[in-house]
Amino acid sequence: MSAPPEVPSSLFDHQLLFVTGKGGVGKTTIAAALAQLGAQQGKRVLACDIDATGGLGAMFEAGPIGFVPSVVAPGVSVMSMDTEASLREYLKVNLRVPLVGWIGPLAKTFDFVATAAPGVREILTVGKLCYEVRERHFDLVVADAPASGHVVGQLGAPQAINDLVKVGQIRSQTDWMIELLSDPARTGVIPVTTPEEMPVTETLELTERIARETSASVVAVVVNRVLPELFSTREEEVFEALRSPAVAASISVALGGEVAPVLEAARLAVNLRRAGASDLRRLHEQLEASVPLLLVPYLFTRVGGLRSTRQVASALADELDL
Amino acid sequence: MSALAGARASLDRLLASKEIAIACGPGGVGKTTVAAAAAAMAACHHGGRVLVLTVDPARRLADALGLPGIGNAEYRVPPELFKEAGITPRGELWAAQLDTRAGWDALVERHAPDPTTRREILENPLYRNISSRFVQSHDYIAMERLFEIHSTGDYDLIVVDTPPSRHALDFLDAPQRMAEFFSSRLLRWLTAPARSRMITLASRPFQQVAERVLGTQFLTDIEQFFVLFRSMQAGFVERAEAVVRLLGERRTTFLVVSTLESLPLSEAEAFSEELSRRDLHLGAVVLNRTLPAYLRDPDALATARALEERAEEVAARLETDPAVTAPVLREVAESFINFSLVARREAEQRAELAQAPEVVTTAPVFEHDIASLPGLLALGETIWT
Repeated sequence: MSAPPEVPSSLFDHQLLFVTGKGGVGKTTIAAALAQLGAQQGKRVLACDIDATGGLGAMFEAGPIGFVPSVVAPGVSVMSMDTEASLREYLKVNLRVPLVGWIGPLAKTFDFVATAAPGVREILTVGKLCYEVRERHFDLVVADAPASGHVVGQLGAPQAINDLVKVGQIRSQTDWMIELLSDPARTGVIPVTTPEEMPVTETLELTERIARETSASVVAVVVNRVLPELFSTREEEVFEALRSPAVAASISVALGGEVAPVLEAARLAVNLRRAGASDLRRLHEQLEASVPLLLVPYLFTRVGGLRSTRQVASALADELDL
Repeated sequence: MSALAGARASLDRLLASKEIAIACGPGGVGKTTVAAAAAAMAACHHGGRVLVLTVDPARRLADALGLPGIGNAEYRVPPELFKEAGITPRGELWAAQLDTRAGWDALVERHAPDPTTRREILENPLYRNISSRFVQSHDYIAMERLFEIHSTGDYDLIVVDTPPSRHALDFLDAPQRMAEFFSSRLLRWLTAPARSRMITLASRPFQQVAERVLGTQFLTDIEQFFVLFRSMQAGFVERAEAVVRLLGERRTTFLVVSTLESLPLSEAEAFSEELSRRDLHLGAVVLNRTLPAYLRDPDALATARALEERAEEVAARLETDPAVTAPVLREVAESFINFSLVARREAEQRAELAQAPEVVTTAPVFEHDIASLPGLLALGETIWT
């Protein structure tokens, strides 16, 4: 578990980072913490809430977040993805035609088109992110990307469109998007997991799918909510001895209170940690050796808000030797 | 919302009276496992044929059942597995995992007006893209498959594990959206003969812009696709409406699954509110992976605090080497205090549950992952009555 992480100091030299992972692993917290750390490294960072659930803004104690980036902390701006707004922006920037007349009905029918046509939402999402990178409004764009399977769709969207559209303006644009997404020096995917069976399995599957179905690279895996190791092997023997009824009884007498539940809680903690440790080991063994694992400890004290963003950022900074 | 006199509301009673139970909730809370556990319990205690249908492409269901794999076809969980677990179930447990691509193909097979159209649709590049890559289509196929299986009358109870969705009940809207799409003006416009479309003054700029952006070939592909697709309109719309109806009937209930962490729980509450807004039946809330109650015991907490302060003294009294034992005692105490904080936060969250349905049931945190039928049944026992 304590293998030295070989993290390239260049994690924050990327221009586009997709933070993804199975629901419930704390992906948004990690995305916020990475944005925060990037800003501390002197980067102008844009964090994008792709699911538009408002979770990312809350990690900075910010109010409602819209499509237009708003500054939420020194060096950190946050935006919320809105594919329809993205389409409008695209049309405004790329087609210098008067939009009146058909942009109205377009808005109404947009949902239907997006429901039926392949990858419309995906390309508008990933297109907006690539656009922000290209325009250099920010040094680093951190995407709080959707759960595992969906991110593959997004990363693969430009290629999918390329397969369908052979000529025209879109084609040339998807070409440069593919170029950006395929460049491991500029674009990276960071899957987030917890030390549990399903999230680890899904993370391994995800890294495989990213390698197989997209041209993007996984630049690090974050393991969130790692429980502390309570005892060394020797201490564990001592602990086992303490749990024997006779010893537990004398501790209870000494303290003037029943110690059994306290010992039981420690046993539970040891077992939960141990179950996680085997999943962590599996991740370590099956993940490509070049991909660093960044461990973030379980926070007993807080869930959500700027305080936990700060705590997670500082844990990540330790892992990255910043 | 009132329980029958004498009998306490429980998952047991709820599922005994339903034909479809849809497990929904935020991702990462153990939805698949809870759905499978509920189905296994129903198969054991209520009898009949019970199917658990997972729409999650990950192999969670097979893993939870300890099976090598489950496909698109319904598969009976071998009775020997129950026997090995020392249980004689009253009924049969079946499992199936949704395959979006196969689901779409089956739909086309069913609704295409003739073999030529069918073949053309299946070979259209846009169709192939929609059916395999397009994520939202998953939701639609899930509901479609549920309807299809239910209408065979092969099962007494179908428990559905819904796709992880941040947007509350997206999957419920999928049939409606599909129906709306078919009746939309846009589709009619797209499928109108090219000539009549071109002469519409209003649409000319759109056509010009679309050609510049997308290229003519792609537009032709789209057009062909929609023309073909529209030939299936009647079947699709009728079907979508039937699915929506079925979800609203009394024989269908919803189980909202969550943990007691603040983020998942607020999402779960959004699910519950959405269900009631739509007049759908919220049957139960299942709170998974809750910490044991002894962690909230104030006496135990006081003991832990005393132990933390007096670790050296206690270690000395135990006639052991205090230098070795005291740090262990302190770790034990600190660990209790840490987990106790989380447990109390959980209790607080539970007390604040705004819209509590008749059945709120909790499953404890399991020290090991559930990867077998006995494990599943052990979880099932905790939420059943």
